[in-house]
Amino acid sequence: MNTQSDHPSRSVDADEVARFSALAERWWDPAGEFGALHKLNPVRLGYIRDRAAERFGRDPCSTRLLDGLTVLDVGCGGGLLCEPMARLGAAVTGIDPSPENVGVARAHAAQSGLIIDYRAVTAEELAAGGAGFDIVLNMEVVEHVADVPAFLTTCAGLVAPGGLMVVATINRTAKAFALAIVGAEYVLGWLPRGTHSWDKFVTPEEVEGPLAAAGLSVVERTGVVYSPLLGEWRRARDLDVNYMLAAEKPAG
Amino acid sequence: MSAVRDVAIVGAGLTGSVLALALATAPGADFDLELLDAAPAHLPPDDIRAYAIAAGTRRLLHALGVWPLVAGSAQAAAGMDISDTRLAEAVRPIIASFESEARDGEPFVHFVDGRDLQGAVAQRLEETGVPVVHGWRLTGLHQEAAALRLAAREDDRLARLAVGADGGRSAMRRAARIGNVGWAYGQASIVTIIEHEVPHDGRAVQHFLPGGPLALLPLPGNRSGIVWSTPRDEADRLMAVSAERFAAALAEAAGPERGMIEVVEPPRAYPLELGLARAFVKPRLALIGDAAHRVHPLAGQGFNMGLRDVAALAETVIEAARRGEDIGALTTLERYQRWRRFDTVQLAAITDALNRLFAPDWAPLRAIRDLGLGLIDRAPRLKQTFIKEAAGEVGKVPRLLRGEAV
Repeated sequence: MNTQSDHPSRSVDADEVARFSALAERWWDPAGEFGALHKLNPVRLGYIRDRAAERFGRDPCSTRLLDGLTVLDVGCGGGLLCEPMARLGAAVTGIDPSPENVGVARAHAAQSGLIIDYRAVTAEELAAGGAGFDIVLNMEVVEHVADVPAFLTTCAGLVAPGGLMVVATINRTAKAFALAIVGAEYVLGWLPRGTHSWDKFVTPEEVEGPLAAAGLSVVERTGVVYSPLLGEWRRARDLDVNYMLAAEKPAG
Repeated sequence: MSAVRDVAIVGAGLTGSVLALALATAPGADFDLELLDAAPAHLPPDDIRAYAIAAGTRRLLHALGVWPLVAGSAQAAAGMDISDTRLAEAVRPIIASFESEARDGEPFVHFVDGRDLQGAVAQRLEETGVPVVHGWRLTGLHQEAAALRLAAREDDRLARLAVGADGGRSAMRRAARIGNVGWAYGQASIVTIIEHEVPHDGRAVQHFLPGGPLALLPLPGNRSGIVWSTPRDEADRLMAVSAERFAAALAEAAGPERGMIEVVEPPRAYPLELGLARAFVKPRLALIGDAAHRVHPLAGQGFNMGLRDVAALAETVIEAARRGEDIGALTTLERYQRWRRFDTVQLAAITDALNRLFAPDWAPLRAIRDLGLGLIDRAPRLKQTFIKEAAGEVGKVPRLLRGEAV
């Protein structure tokens, strides 16, 4: 408990940061520990694209969809989401409390010839500078933070007026325990054991409450399920395990 | 030093060129792409093969603006008759017939002179402004940070995605050290075009002769494309004899149904090989068409399979680009491979089995295969499956094959 209060931010759990730093170099190996995120990427990116196209009145077919927009990826890890956002034309900032992750992300972006502003800071530290972004991404992060409502309130504050926030996480249900922990970590071995703990999973209501309090309105939610036949993740109605939602901040 | 392009397609034949069209015309995408070809210069259309264009292929060509340019010189197939015969038999019993079951009023196959296809594709390439570099020969491939270096004697190229569309002896496949499982059939296909006295009424004929299948594929007017598969030494002999003796031999093999025939194009011989690349993709590299797989031409599926590769790869790459993904990453390209590989292996196995079944002139085997085709003829559902497979309508169908834009 003391480690938390010693840390500059209340929302970061020191044990979680250490766990990911150990894995940092292997972020970009699709067959490695983060293979599950690589597999999840198409459905996440497709969702962000569709919500952004709607919010900002862009052509969803355009490969420069995000031209002129600013994107913040909170908990950017090795940069798996930041790089696609930059390719679509956005000015991207990626933050992660782990300096190792940020190091990996920076090196990889340079290799890819992409310019991305990576910083080893927390959302709270960034918010203290009064920054605002057109799109704020909270993908597979909420279930790893210590204080969910405080973290979401901070992130909501980072959304510029007229902007968009996208959250992806795992629901706290019995089914999520069976699939996301027993299934993914123990039976299938998709994730390293101990990646997730069930009591940290977050229900949609627990995400939407703080967002609404911060003046954002949830405009869309969708479940995400794995189709073993097609070998890919797809959007679905079922929010019981993985789900994503989008919230908008009114302009002005 | 050359800049990094999005896509470099090696091989400006029909398959590579159609892929270039699909990528260049994708709405919302602005790919920096280039076709690289070993031929010293742009050559006038010279491919005298008659292409069997399946319905899915035709829809794809239509979506890319190619079909309207060849529609006028395409022959809709009314059906196909298959006979199993020895040369000496005066009457060739038709043992199976496929009617061109129209779906939404469209025939399942059209036949097109290869030169018309080449001309139409070249015209569309020019209209869309895809650069074509001639006299470019690959010498090696080297992985760089976020690109593949395509080394050449004169001018290296850097591409995020390189596509090998350079045929059965693919230099790209060899440079990428992708193994190829294959064998020669000991057969060759002789290709030519004939004019004949009796109209074909849009019907194709396939005679399973002792030496191999002979196909008469209807082209507009009283013309038919010939694909005559024979043992290799027989093909060599036929290619060496005088034009008169070749015409006489062809007339005997083709049978009396079309009346007097005249050979109007100098025949060409193509060795028959079955080949299947051990992988269709590597990081930053994808193989399409004959570079990935060669099938026996008896089902007329080589070109159609190549364009199914085009449809699947184009959709994979365009969708990835619209999500901001790295189009050359192995995770992206593996989606294309998963989409195509099962289909490909299955069809290669079927056509190979058909050929082996029909090749030997041994009476008991003849009886079995005649019975087999006779059964197919009497089992409408099985036949529908064959026709659907031939039309490219099995499995998850890429949008271009349904005639939709990607």
